[in-house]
Amino acid sequence: MLSRIAESLFWIGRYVERAEDTARILDVHVHHLLETQVESEAELCARLLAVMGVKAPEADPERLTSQQVVDRLAFDVGNPSSIVSSLVAARANARGVSEAISSELWEALNVTYNTIFAEGTPSTAFSAYSFFRFVKERAAVISGLIDSTMSRDDAWRFMVVGRSLERVDMLARLLAAATSGPEPDWVVLLRSFSAHEAFLRTYRREPEGALAAQFLLLDRLFPRSAFFSLRAAEDCLAELDPISGRLGPSDEGRRVLGRLRTTLEFIQVSELMFELPELLPDLQRQCAAASMAVATRYFRKTNVVEWTMEREGVEGVSSR
Amino acid sequence: MRRMGDLLDGYSLAHPYGRNAWDEMFEDRGSPRPGTKALCDILQSLSGAELESRASARDRMFRDRGITFQLSGEERPFPLDLIPRLIVDEEWQELERGIVQRVKALEALLADVYGAGRIFSDGVIPRRLVTSSEHFHRAAWGIEPPNGVRVHVAGIDVVRGEDGHFYVLEDNLRCPSGVSYVIENRRMMARIFPELFASHRVTAVDGYPAKLLEALRAAAPPGVADPTVVVMTPGVYNSAFFEHSFLARQMGVELVEGRDLLCHSGRVYMRTSDGEREVHVIYRRVDDEFLDPLHFRSDSLVGCPGLINVARSGNVTLANAVGNGVADDKLTYTYVPEAIRYYLGEEPILRNVATYRLEDPEQLAYTLARMDELVFKPVSGSGGYGIVIGPEATDEQLASLRQNLTVNPRGWIAQELVALSTAPTWVDNRIAPRHLDLRPFAINDGNGIWVLPGGLTRVALPEGGLVVNSSQGGGSKDTWVIAGSSRRKAKAPTGGHGREVASNAPAPGSSLRRPSGLPVGVFDPEPGPSWEDPDRLHQQERQQQQAGHGQGPLSC
Repeated sequence: MLSRIAESLFWIGRYVERAEDTARILDVHVHHLLETQVESEAELCARLLAVMGVKAPEADPERLTSQQVVDRLAFDVGNPSSIVSSLVAARANARGVSEAISSELWEALNVTYNTIFAEGTPSTAFSAYSFFRFVKERAAVISGLIDSTMSRDDAWRFMVVGRSLERVDMLARLLAAATSGPEPDWVVLLRSFSAHEAFLRTYRREPEGALAAQFLLLDRLFPRSAFFSLRAAEDCLAELDPISGRLGPSDEGRRVLGRLRTTLEFIQVSELMFELPELLPDLQRQCAAASMAVATRYFRKTNVVEWTMEREGVEGVSSR
Repeated sequence: MRRMGDLLDGYSLAHPYGRNAWDEMFEDRGSPRPGTKALCDILQSLSGAELESRASARDRMFRDRGITFQLSGEERPFPLDLIPRLIVDEEWQELERGIVQRVKALEALLADVYGAGRIFSDGVIPRRLVTSSEHFHRAAWGIEPPNGVRVHVAGIDVVRGEDGHFYVLEDNLRCPSGVSYVIENRRMMARIFPELFASHRVTAVDGYPAKLLEALRAAAPPGVADPTVVVMTPGVYNSAFFEHSFLARQMGVELVEGRDLLCHSGRVYMRTSDGEREVHVIYRRVDDEFLDPLHFRSDSLVGCPGLINVARSGNVTLANAVGNGVADDKLTYTYVPEAIRYYLGEEPILRNVATYRLEDPEQLAYTLARMDELVFKPVSGSGGYGIVIGPEATDEQLASLRQNLTVNPRGWIAQELVALSTAPTWVDNRIAPRHLDLRPFAINDGNGIWVLPGGLTRVALPEGGLVVNSSQGGGSKDTWVIAGSSRRKAKAPTGGHGREVASNAPAPGSSLRRPSGLPVGVFDPEPGPSWEDPDRLHQQERQQQQAGHGQGPLSC
């Protein structure tokens, strides 16, 4: 597969996941504010923006409103990680590689894009709720098509690696935000990742801190848990480069992810809550490192050839 | 909105500049040409509202599938007219033979120009014609293509004159585009107008990508058993990007940009996630001038440095070959009939439009005297840019053209104006005649030349307009070659020359046929576990009734 295409596929996976997770998080956030008379809307909003790594639009954090947060994280094209920007970027990437993905998948991404801009500005065409619902549904269609129309070849693997890394990163961010302040609402948190019902079916009781964190980070079966996603990414990397020498795999990305996965796999469950303040930032850092390693290995894996024009018009070549 | 059934009533034939344009559907008002009656009847039965709703379905589907093109910075759905253009089989066969003949002669001409140059020494064509062409590339001299093919894909533009004959307007031997729209138009028509297909036997067009891939593989350097073929595009922002992507997808090959390729040690490689992989055949849709910054424009960012050297050493095949432009130059065009006679010893089947070479002082003087009747075209232009239509031009335009012609007679040709044929077209909520041309596509795989049945029909949408290029606001029509009643079924697919027949239909008596008597499905679909035990359900109902809810479980 062409390196350029591999890189685009990786990022399509990331962007769609980013859009979906942001929609989930915002959906729950808005709903939460409506449902409960929270003490400080501004404070919650500021924390959400901080965890998403986005600068607050309002100079005075005391006056931050939910509407502003939604505008900034969902609709703002000036914010490169907003939902709209992510979906625009996913479609732009797909356009350049549309021969490498199934036509259904391309069409799904294109229709998503067309629908967002069908009525002009998305922020006026959609209500927040209908937009989140739309994004989640489109993401489900897109993921479904990725899984049901694409061969399990390198193209699919790069998409899954991108999707999984983004998922872990978003989860780590949200957990970090939730556990940094006063005791968070664990139901809200689980709902952000569609994990509340799965949690209830697993533990048969209302969530409390330790159990919810265990479920989101360590559950072996829930597909949005950090462990599950890390293993999915690791498996794909292993299939991309199946050769493992006597000293283990040479792939840096696989090494980083494997170590991270092992940390979660053999963590002392009872100690999990105490380790969160170090574990969560580490998850984000290691995901970034893995992403970098994948890029170095697969997206720029050739020697640079430099051509020089000599005076007589004879060309020379040098490899470095 | 108009009443049902009167859509064709107001249809009046076009008379551009006092000529009687040939109409593809009607001989004169009300009497359809042979073969078009069925289409005519269906159109009569439709209302304007119905056509309009199909038009919006078409636009939505094109938009969703990303089949759009940029017009003045705006992304628009591809302009496909709702009414197909019909060509009956007898006519098509002649057109097909004419195109095969022409492409053969052009191949021979190119081999000669970049080889021995017999046609010059025999005095049929002046050598100056070639050496003065800006598309003549010395870099291509002496490159012997592996299977002798330089024109892997050709697009021959033809128009129908007032007399009903087809004339060649232009040859395209570099990167003729539009074939993806032929295939997409057909798919779209089948979706929005299925009933039209029921009453016509339309020859299929979707065999093109397979034919192209076959031809590209056949062109691989010698000794390569399983060649790697790629399509090379300038990138997403090229107006034909959709087509590049379409062809790569349909052929199952990589679509590369210049930056994905690199040349070293006399070979071309593409950068893959698995390291470098050698490339053997490049179907390039990048112009000669931008292909290799070392040989051509050094400011090209869409090419790959070193490509020409690899091609010269025979380790990669470029399709179409570099330097083909010399043979589709509009001045060379005037010599193609001579080339056909010279190389093939045959009379040309397809005529040229009467054209004047302005380097000849006599012809120049003659055309200067008739400027307001002729059409003037820049020799190396394409896409309809720079064309001056005499009867439409203002005095200032003619004056500045006159100056151009005198200074640079090699840069222009003059042609008699052809009143392009018309066909019924859906514009502004009615059916009206619009002028059109046809670009059939031919593929040469070295063993034979295959012509895609039909081709791209381009329509000039403005009333009376004669310029059909999509960059000038032109539209398109699905082009149907209507199979004759006698032919095709009996004809077996032949290598190279044959047309696509329904080859996937099982032959009578073949093993694909189901033995009679067996049911279609081997097993009935397996049912899931029964939803509710009726007795239990009944008891549940009773329980609830006793509890006083008054509603059965199934009614909520």
